[in-house]
Amino acid sequence: MDGISFDVEVGKTLGIVGESGCGKSVTALSIMGLIPKPPARIVSGSVEFEGRDLTKLKDSELENIRGKEIAMIFQDPMTSLNPTLTIGTQITETLTRHLGMSRSEADRRAIELLDEVRIPNAKARLKDYPHRYSGGMRQRVMIAIALSCHPKLLIADEPTTALDVTVQAGILDLLEELRQEHQMAMILITHDMGVVAEAADDVVVMYAGQIVEQAEVLELFDHPEHPYTEALLGALPSLEGESGREARLASIPGRPPDLLNPPPACRFAPRCPHANRQDSCTTEPPELRELRPGHWVRSAHPACERAAVAV
Amino acid sequence: MSTNGKAKEPLLAVRGLEKYFPVKSGFLVERTVDYVKAVDGVDFEIAEGTTLGLVGESGSGKSTTGYCVLQLLKPTGGSVRFDGEELTELGNERLRKMRRQMQIVFQDPYSSLNPRMTVGDIVSEPLVVHGIGTRKSRRESVRQLLDVVGFDPTYTNRYPHEFSGGQRQRIGIARALALNPKLIVCDEPVSALDVSIQAQILNLLRDLQRDFGLTYLFIAHDLAVVRAMSDTIAVMNQGKIVEAGPAEQIYTSPQNEYTKALLTAVPVADPRRQRERKAERRRLKHALTEGF
Repeated sequence: MDGISFDVEVGKTLGIVGESGCGKSVTALSIMGLIPKPPARIVSGSVEFEGRDLTKLKDSELENIRGKEIAMIFQDPMTSLNPTLTIGTQITETLTRHLGMSRSEADRRAIELLDEVRIPNAKARLKDYPHRYSGGMRQRVMIAIALSCHPKLLIADEPTTALDVTVQAGILDLLEELRQEHQMAMILITHDMGVVAEAADDVVVMYAGQIVEQAEVLELFDHPEHPYTEALLGALPSLEGESGREARLASIPGRPPDLLNPPPACRFAPRCPHANRQDSCTTEPPELRELRPGHWVRSAHPACERAAVAV
Repeated sequence: MSTNGKAKEPLLAVRGLEKYFPVKSGFLVERTVDYVKAVDGVDFEIAEGTTLGLVGESGSGKSTTGYCVLQLLKPTGGSVRFDGEELTELGNERLRKMRRQMQIVFQDPYSSLNPRMTVGDIVSEPLVVHGIGTRKSRRESVRQLLDVVGFDPTYTNRYPHEFSGGQRQRIGIARALALNPKLIVCDEPVSALDVSIQAQILNLLRDLQRDFGLTYLFIAHDLAVVRAMSDTIAVMNQGKIVEAGPAEQIYTSPQNEYTKALLTAVPVADPRRQRERKAERRRLKHALTEGF
């Protein structure tokens, strides 16, 4: 991952979208200081949270922020819960660790939290082990744990990817309600453009470890500028509108580059339909530039400039 | 749409298909205390050269249905007629012969290919098993098959781990095509793939259908993917087909409450439209089911 910059405003949702291996989860883990070092290294850059640079904090200081002010939920609620501990124990652990609550206080709060994430019959269910919960219910427990210390920022890494669509809808609704209630900002990491369209206020599109496009959500879907974003939207089979049975899907030829040996200039150039001839984009890496206020693109051939040339 | 107007027997006709898994209980002496009705009275048919999309959420029984059609799982009851033969009554030897006509492409291109076999061996294995051709002619067949699925045939001596998910799925498809089957059961063939690769594989499956007149039972949870592939759709929930019909009819005017809930739950990649859909989804919320 290389040169990532973005801001998340208080109470807003930033969607980070990209395909597997594009660096979206690594971005999130770096914010949390959870990248194993070595082998990984944060060579440069800063993560500022309410004015403090998280990359410069000591581990012990970071631990106080992690879980308390910034919380994280992961894709697989099956593996992020400890199967040998009851749900109750796992929720109260955070409460006693970060908030210094007593056992009985923590128990009471745990019931409130399960109520808050709409788990019926919360009191009895605290004594259950994770295997007694369905995937959607487990993700609700993870959200309850994440919310327990009233974080200001929630990082959700593919929170609904392992879930069925009807369960996903419930989780997305829940996250939205809780976010509004608690004035919480969210970073939502996903590969699903539909989830981004539903839940994000602002969007970052990543490709091969870089941000290739960044804009407000309506602007991004109305006027995608980067050839990769355009291709990604074009490659999605549609659920509504004209029948897709006959039309060919626009596919993106080739596959994402090997990040150990990325293309020298624009990382999308080898798959880009607009990169050709002695183009600058095959010789020098394009910078992220602001085409319109708030709309950033890393490409020598954004859609609006191609249109201008065509006329 | 590939309906040719001729009224003929469908290539595959499934009637009253059932698959019950016993739930056992007891220490030392186990006895069956209940059954999980994974597939519970399923009927459908597929005309030759067309695709039936079988959609449903996890645990709906859609994959079990696919396995029962191929007799990879023995159905508890019901009938599976394929190309005029009743598969549930065939003995092992006849079934083995029929299997040439019916193949499967699996979801996970990482675990469905033997990591110790080369690409060439994987694709030629069905030919070897069924005693087709000589070593030399098989090598030529493998080259042709890989070429058809867009996989560079010069890599036949490499191993699956050297390739990406999309390339592995091409290998899996080449293997399925090796015996020149009539029916291919595609069990979530693109759900492990990234969007940009997914489109390549879907286009490939459609090209193969057009060129070889293949019939697909296309099993998937992604409703948009199923729509892009299917002539007819059957929606499964809890072991039963709750709604079936021409694809466009299901998508534009679903009748069943579960189908409606399923369709509105899918977020579409259009923020304005998705706001309306979200409102619609909340109206239907009572119909959403979520197991505990």
